Amino acid sequence: MGVEIQVHVNGKSFQNEVDPRLLLVHYLREVLGLTGTHIGCETSLCGACTVLIDGHPVKSCTMLAVQADGAEITTVEGLSSLPEAGGGLHPIQEGFWEKHGLQCGFCTPGMMLAAVGLLRENPSPTHAQIRRALDGNLCRCTGYQHIVEAVEYAARKLRAHKR
Amino acid sequence: MIPAAFEYFAPKSLDEALRLVARHGDEAKLLAGGHSLLPLMKLRLSAPRYVVDIGRIRSLRSIREEGGRIVIGALATHHDVEASELLRITCPLLPETAAEIGDVQVRNRGTVGGSLAHADPAADYPAAILALDAEIVATSSSGTRVIPAAEYFVDLLTTQLRPGEILTEVRIPRTGENSGAAYRKLHQPASHFALAGAAARVTLGPGEKIESVAIGITGVAVNAYRATAAEQMLIGKKAAPKLLAEAAEKVTDGIDPLGDIHASAAYRRAAAAVYARRALEAAIARAGGKKA
Ligand SMILES: Cc1cc2nc3c(=O)[nH]c(=O)nc-3n(C[C@H](O)[C@H](O)[C@H](O)COP(=O)(O)OP(=O)(O)OC[C@H]3O[C@@H](n4cnc5c(N)ncnc54)[C@H](O)[C@@H]3O)c2cc1C
Ligand code: FES
Ligand code: FES
Repeated sequence: MGVEIQVHVNGKSFQNEVDPRLLLVHYLREVLGLTGTHIGCETSLCGACTVLIDGHPVKSCTMLAVQADGAEITTVEGLSSLPEAGGGLHPIQEGFWEKHGLQCGFCTPGMMLAAVGLLRENPSPTHAQIRRALDGNLCRCTGYQHIVEAVEYAARKLRAHKR
Repeated sequence: MIPAAFEYFAPKSLDEALRLVARHGDEAKLLAGGHSLLPLMKLRLSAPRYVVDIGRIRSLRSIREEGGRIVIGALATHHDVEASELLRITCPLLPETAAEIGDVQVRNRGTVGGSLAHADPAADYPAAILALDAEIVATSSSGTRVIPAAEYFVDLLTTQLRPGEILTEVRIPRTGENSGAAYRKLHQPASHFALAGAAARVTLGPGEKIESVAIGITGVAVNAYRATAAEQMLIGKKAAPKLLAEAAEKVTDGIDPLGDIHASAAYRRAAAAVYARRALEAAIARAGGKKA
């Protein structure tokens, strides 16, 4: 019944036999032990489980692990090893730190990955574009204002880094 | 929130997928982006014995021009449609509609074919597909069939697609000069599905007379439909604000609107008129008419 999959997660290659019904988020958390990806609603609405699949934000509770076979996956654990992090915190992590973009932190991994997805497509987003890109991510604490500022901080830092 | 067990197939070609659905019939479910099917499977509202994942059939993902028409492969994601340069130039209504779907994550996974096959009463593409007079192409092991959009949506979550058929592409006729189109939608704040959505396509003739018009309505009834009474009222007339408002009031003529926890039937009827008027106004402005 098991299906063999091979995925690249945060730059490392993994090969596992999985039950086809295993959700990607459970694969990441329970098989690979990467518990930074959170499960909030389980119903595709909150975005806490957001990861990057081949560079694009996706809700990992609404994808089967078998659908990710062959994919390049980035989770929050991998942010600091992306080239633009330069060995330290990724600019988006620094932005959340500097701009107080979190309170309880439950939504934060998903928020950061949605933001990284945005900044790859659009290095200079407006406030409205940032809010639109985070539309699929709910935060019960912050009121979003500081999150938007954290993303702006990261955008500025990434642009400076490119120059 | 874990799906019931199933056997999984990931065919790499359309032929292989068609063989699998032919072999397993009713017990098999196609899986595209999974953003309608997986939520249902997680709730065990759907528990197929076989899942045929068509997501790896690369040839079904292209968006191209062919024989004077635009052809969109069933596996093009909402994001592909939103970002397509070809569509922005030749058929901006579709990128505008795709941009209204759900959120970024949903648009990165959900597909045109999945949305049209699932036929959620509140999905966005159906309104646009109807307004564009598109054709839906269905392929089975016994051949290919072309279904006009106006005949495609039959009932709640029900289309003309038959078991064993795969929706392979959508064909959009090119619109001529002096045409404009727009999609306007009232969304449900949590899911972003349409409480009422209207797509309008208008061609203007001399003197700003409406030469042709097509209005697709979604979110309001059990399935998306063409608002023919409103269209008939507009044909051959000058596009004046009062006329547009009166025609928009007719988009629910003969329709029994849905009522649920998100919106009553009366509210949907009222919203449909407002969003249809806005879609018409925007379409006419884009067709070159004065801002109505
Ligand atoms: C949180 C959330 C918000 C959403 N908001 C919106 C919204 O605002 N507007 C909107 O329009 N939609 C919305 N959707 C739905 C989304 O657009 C889905 O992606 C879409 O309805 C289904 O496409 P899919 O590729 O994910 O299909 P799947 O879920 O893979 O399949 C859906 C159904 O279609 C069948 N199917 C799939 N592909 C084919 C094919 N090529 N041929 C024949 N049958 C096929 C499957 O067997 C299944 O029965 C939302 C979804 C979620 C989870
Ligand atoms: S846990 Fe996946 S969207 Fe909420
Ligand atoms: S910081 Fe608590 S949910 Fe966002």
